[in-house]
Amino acid sequence: MNQLKRYAGIIWILLGPLAAIYLVRTAMAEVAKKPVMDTYIQWGVFIVVFIPIALGMLLFGYFAWKGEYDHLPESSAEIEED
Amino acid sequence: MVKPLESCKFQPNSRTISAQATHMKETKSIWKIIGASSLGTLIEWYDFYIFGSLATVLANQFFPKTNPTAALLSTLATFAAGFIVRPFGALFFGRLGDLIGRKHTFLLTLVLMGGSTFLIGCIPNYESIGFLAPILVLLLRLLQGLALGGEYGGAATYVAEHAPANRRGYFTSWIQTTATLGLFISLGVILITRHSLDADAAKSIAKFNDWGWRVPFLVSIILVFVSIYIRMKMNESPLFEKLKSEGKVSINPLKESFGHKTNLKMVLLALFGATMGQGVVWYTGQFYAQSFIENVCKIDFDQSRTILIWAILLGTPFFVVFGAWSDKVGRKWIMLSGMFLAIVSYQFLFNQLLNLSSNEGKVELVDKKIINSSLVQLDNGKDTLRTITHKVFYADGMSVAETKKDTLYGDPVMHTVKADVKVVKLLGTTDYWKMVFYVFLMILYVTMVYGPIAAFLVELFPTKIRYTSMSLPYHIGNGVFGGLTPFIATLLTTIYANDKLAGLAYPIIIAAICLVIGTLYINNKIDPDVND
Repeated sequence: MNQLKRYAGIIWILLGPLAAIYLVRTAMAEVAKKPVMDTYIQWGVFIVVFIPIALGMLLFGYFAWKGEYDHLPESSAEIEED
Repeated sequence: MVKPLESCKFQPNSRTISAQATHMKETKSIWKIIGASSLGTLIEWYDFYIFGSLATVLANQFFPKTNPTAALLSTLATFAAGFIVRPFGALFFGRLGDLIGRKHTFLLTLVLMGGSTFLIGCIPNYESIGFLAPILVLLLRLLQGLALGGEYGGAATYVAEHAPANRRGYFTSWIQTTATLGLFISLGVILITRHSLDADAAKSIAKFNDWGWRVPFLVSIILVFVSIYIRMKMNESPLFEKLKSEGKVSINPLKESFGHKTNLKMVLLALFGATMGQGVVWYTGQFYAQSFIENVCKIDFDQSRTILIWAILLGTPFFVVFGAWSDKVGRKWIMLSGMFLAIVSYQFLFNQLLNLSSNEGKVELVDKKIINSSLVQLDNGKDTLRTITHKVFYADGMSVAETKKDTLYGDPVMHTVKADVKVVKLLGTTDYWKMVFYVFLMILYVTMVYGPIAAFLVELFPTKIRYTSMSLPYHIGNGVFGGLTPFIATLLTTIYANDKLAGLAYPIIIAAICLVIGTLYINNKIDPDVND
């Protein structure tokens, strides 16, 4: 199971940037199709909000790949030891 | 001082009279805590949702009317802004809650939310004060989002820190009902106000659209005062008091929550393995479903809301059922099952909503057909507005009214390029209840993913950074991923205009990713001791 968790980490690492690229490309296409203030605002909001989340997904994948989720902490003491 | 309860298991043979009295006192205490916490949270959700539920009315009041679509989008964007600032509220108030205590922090969020809601109801419209009106609305909406971001984590933490380990899911599930009940009450207040401003139904609706929409906002201040009074009487969380007395309160909860790898990885797991999927299932079942019924299925304003009201009423007890069940079988599989059911059945359920609203193949009652037409001269004195309404009745009780408006120009060279056509459908009794049933199923999935999640999040983080750590993933998952669901789904249906179900791709994909991550990485253990 731990092996699977680590290999799946690679998927999450790739998914973050892929989602970000797809978002930016769609935003550019939509803005080009209808270059009005509403379009700029709505796609601007999406990019500002979802890019950090995509980075978070990349980081999550990295942690998974490094085996950080092989064992989840079972007490606060374990969490605070770090 | 209210102490956390040790256990609520009933052991009649070993109990002394004194133990029974203590048990009764403890039970009374926890219900008082749940009541006071839930009422405040319920009011905050109510305040937050009346804005979304009145999006179209607010668009007419506060945004330029030249382009109705732009006006509606502007309001929806404001709506989204309300959700997007929620994570910042979670950080700000979460930090405050871990520094100065849970009680004072969620008292502050309540005042901020109540004040903002009341003031929205006082703002003059666009025609009176111009662009200042939408700017003020936007600012107050942002304050609402900040307040909500701080409220939920505090209330859930407060209740969980008073609850016994073996019933944490059950007790926190009462807090979980508040979001849905807040929506329920907001819809109810809007419908009642809309129909009680005049004896004549049409006049009452006109008055509501003119000034009556302010009533649900203004009413909020009374509820907030009641809730503040109750919350003032509450004590601080015993676990936080203990930390404080031992001098162990976090000095910098933000740094401890997100600067330490071990905490950060749990925050990311909570977001991608639970709250992200929970958010989209929540908003698809309770918001996108209603928007879909009204705008895609073209069901009448009142009927589309009463369908949701019934579904919520029938579904709400299941928050408690699944919360309590999670104390026995663990949180993980109940939440993930809700996501799984949503993923595999959304296409089918929304397709059923479309089929029920279709009049194809239904027997038309030809003799009952009504056609009305009117001609009204426009202000320029040359052109005339022509309105033609066809109302068709069907044997199963359904009726479809199609209103077509176009302009007859005085100048023969000019003609209407595209007539404005509005279709409003009223379902017959059988189809109405079938629709209630399908929406109820969606709400049931909501109760599965949402009922146990407060206990799950509380158990994931240690006391001293709990408020901060659990609030952020909750509000990114619920606020950003979930809150933007109606907006993104509607956007997808405009991009892929041929597929009316295209909007579902967003919640299905997000829930599917969350399901896989949750299955692989989350464990199903119930933390027996959050007091650490």
